[in-house]
Amino acid sequence: MTATASPGTPGVLGAAIKDALISAVLTALLLTPLVGFRATEDGGGPLILTYRFGLVAIFAGIVAVLRLVLNLTLWRPGRTRVKRPPSPALVAFTDRIGTAAKPAFFVLLVIYPVLAVLASGGLGPSRYWIDIGIYILTYVMLGWGLNIVVGLAGLLDLGYVAFYAVGAYTFALLSTSVPVSDFFAGALGADFWRLWSFWVCLPACGLLAAMWGVILGFPVLRLRGDYLAIVTLAFGEIIRLVLINWVDLTNGGAGISSIPPITFFGIPFSSGDDGFAALFGLTFDPMHRNIFLYFIILGLAGLTAVATIRLRRMPVGRAWEALREDEIACRSLGINTTLTKLTAFSIGAMFGGFAGAFFAVRIRFVSPESFTFLESAVILAIVVLGGLGSQIGVAVSAILLIGGMEMLRNLTFLKSDWLLGPDFDPSLYRMLIFGFAMVAVMAWRPRGLVSSRLATIFLKQRKKVSADLVAEGHG
Amino acid sequence: MRSWDRDPILSVDHLSMRFGGLLAVGDVSFRVGRGEVTAVIGPNGAGKTTVFNCITGFYKPSMGRLALAQGVPASAAEIHDLTRMGRASVKTAGGSLHLLERLPDHKVASVAKVARTFQNIRLFSGMTALENLLVAQHMGLTESGLLSPAALFNLPSWRRKEEKAVHRAIQWLERINLLDRADDPAGELPYGDQRRLEIARAMCSDPVLLCLDEPAAGLNPRESLALNDLLRTIRNEFATSLLLIEHDMSVVMGISDHIIVLEYGRKIADGTPEEIRTDPRVIAAYLGVDEEAVEAVEAEVGI
Ligand SMILES: Nc1ncnc2c1ncn2[C@@H]1O[C@H](COP(=O)(O)OP(=O)(O)OP(=O)(O)O)[C@@H](O)[C@H]1O
Ligand SMILES: [Mg+2]
Repeated sequence: MTATASPGTPGVLGAAIKDALISAVLTALLLTPLVGFRATEDGGGPLILTYRFGLVAIFAGIVAVLRLVLNLTLWRPGRTRVKRPPSPALVAFTDRIGTAAKPAFFVLLVIYPVLAVLASGGLGPSRYWIDIGIYILTYVMLGWGLNIVVGLAGLLDLGYVAFYAVGAYTFALLSTSVPVSDFFAGALGADFWRLWSFWVCLPACGLLAAMWGVILGFPVLRLRGDYLAIVTLAFGEIIRLVLINWVDLTNGGAGISSIPPITFFGIPFSSGDDGFAALFGLTFDPMHRNIFLYFIILGLAGLTAVATIRLRRMPVGRAWEALREDEIACRSLGINTTLTKLTAFSIGAMFGGFAGAFFAVRIRFVSPESFTFLESAVILAIVVLGGLGSQIGVAVSAILLIGGMEMLRNLTFLKSDWLLGPDFDPSLYRMLIFGFAMVAVMAWRPRGLVSSRLATIFLKQRKKVSADLVAEGHG
Repeated sequence: MRSWDRDPILSVDHLSMRFGGLLAVGDVSFRVGRGEVTAVIGPNGAGKTTVFNCITGFYKPSMGRLALAQGVPASAAEIHDLTRMGRASVKTAGGSLHLLERLPDHKVASVAKVARTFQNIRLFSGMTALENLLVAQHMGLTESGLLSPAALFNLPSWRRKEEKAVHRAIQWLERINLLDRADDPAGELPYGDQRRLEIARAMCSDPVLLCLDEPAAGLNPRESLALNDLLRTIRNEFATSLLLIEHDMSVVMGISDHIIVLEYGRKIADGTPEEIRTDPRVIAAYLGVDEEAVEAVEAEVGI
């Protein structure tokens, strides 16, 4: 019997079986009231109690077998984990891949719409893939924006979605505002505001979000760690509640609709003679607009990435990271920590504002429901899963999390008869699977997918700083 | 007149620091001479670090005045006027005068130009040695604003400025013998190297007064020697005055011009190394003798 032979001593097997039995009994006891009894209502009549002890036994059995297997393999006492240092050849290889990966990744992003169109056989059918691309890139951008605050400066911000909302509402309000439209109509033509509003408002949305970052940041940035997290969370909720309740301005929970669509720098994506298709000699297709939206968000995300790379190499970026490492040492060097934190907070907010404006022009409808705490949590999850401070890590984790969650909607093969049957609805379980996946990844890589830090400057060789030396920041 | 009374860079007057019921520092006054090495010594818990924290703005003293004169000595009248004015800093004829207790900690470093190291090393351990020295030059590099366009767009004017900063960092790395490890994270360096890197980092912020809290603590004899060399270099080649806390008597006696002895938060002696070496109260404090024995010693020495 290999099972007894591999644990080495019979005592291990005995202990494992005992542990399995105890776990099974505990599971059964725990689940009997939760699962074993079921009260069903029968057409408005009295409640009927049914018993499902068989199901309890199945669960207990699963727990027992799993624990037995784990105790004999992974958790076996005395099991030493062989930890070989990676071979130099492998390190060199991964480094080579690492340097080649970034340009390849970038090229892939640029030609993605072409691939999508070719693979799905036409503009129309590619819509699903283009939309997913836009959706993911929005989160990549938000992740990169929040990465400045959480990853670089080490400030735990649970209310990032507030700035996303500020950007979206700024654009929605300005672009649908009749006085603003009339003002420009007098000077620059009746159609000016409808065609140009996004391009004019985009900087304003970023600036306004940055301004809100300063306004919110100023009182809260003297707090640290958990306190900062809670206050930012509260601010996120306050902004949402203001959007719901200030009905005169924001139209409350009904939201703002009929936001003018995106234009190709003033040329509408319409089927008319002055539309984008006619001007460029193409046959009209509504997908032109989506593909253009894809490139806009790609550009905005690229701007975020480039700005972050540049900022990291500037004194202010180094000061952010120094702040994350040791705030007291920063102060002893004369760095004004409040001001430095404020810049991180407001620059992060600015990119959130840009993303918000993009969101509004894409959906052409904003309502407070789009800016719940769940959004902040998802963005933060992207940053944490990607590895605090790492851009490529954040991008990959956004693709995995957002793309993965979308893909989980499509697990239709689970519906086949031989698996779970046609009654099974996979989309109901996607959050569960998603949660398990998050737990698994964080257990496997507690500091995120890319946990090492790259130095911002070097004399001879740019070395990776391993995660256990890098602080996570305490607010 | 003593050299430190003639040209003090820092005048501490009646400094007291109270933590609840505990008087950590009680009515301590002393002068730190410009260009000199001043040592603060005393048994554990004497209040040395607390004095440092008050000087560098990390604690607001319960009482007392800390006047720092940059450039030229300040007259008593000038200090008095500034104290009455209620401001923190003022320009004087040949320099400037700062009341440190009125400045927030980061201004003590950036405006009054007092740098410090910590009893427990506080390097940015996830950043490389070079990055540590560049962060220290933050104030010089951000004179034209935290987000100056020149830096944002990497214009030539900015690149020249940055090159200068890197050059300076390299010079300091050479001085502390760490040029080979410039690209290594500070947290990976041996303890003695970390101590010297912390001092170099403080020096990179261009201070007029450098406060070192137990720089030799935990060093082996070889590292201790390297530290001594570094401190001598700083004294001889730079216009930086040194104020250091030290337990290692060989370091203290070998390098300092002026020693202040604290015990239980009070100053018990103040003078040149020779004077301190023979001071009966200091001997008693360090040998842990009680008051009667001190009197006995005093009688013996003939005070
Ligand atoms: N933040 C604080 N809160 C309360 N008490 C403090 C604080 N800082 C220092 N003390 C107390 O003040 C006294 C002096 O402490 P200090 O750290 O200045 O001593 P020290 O001379 O530096 O000693 P050591 O040689 O051990 O470093 C000690 O009794 C200490 O417990
Ligand atoms: Mg101390």
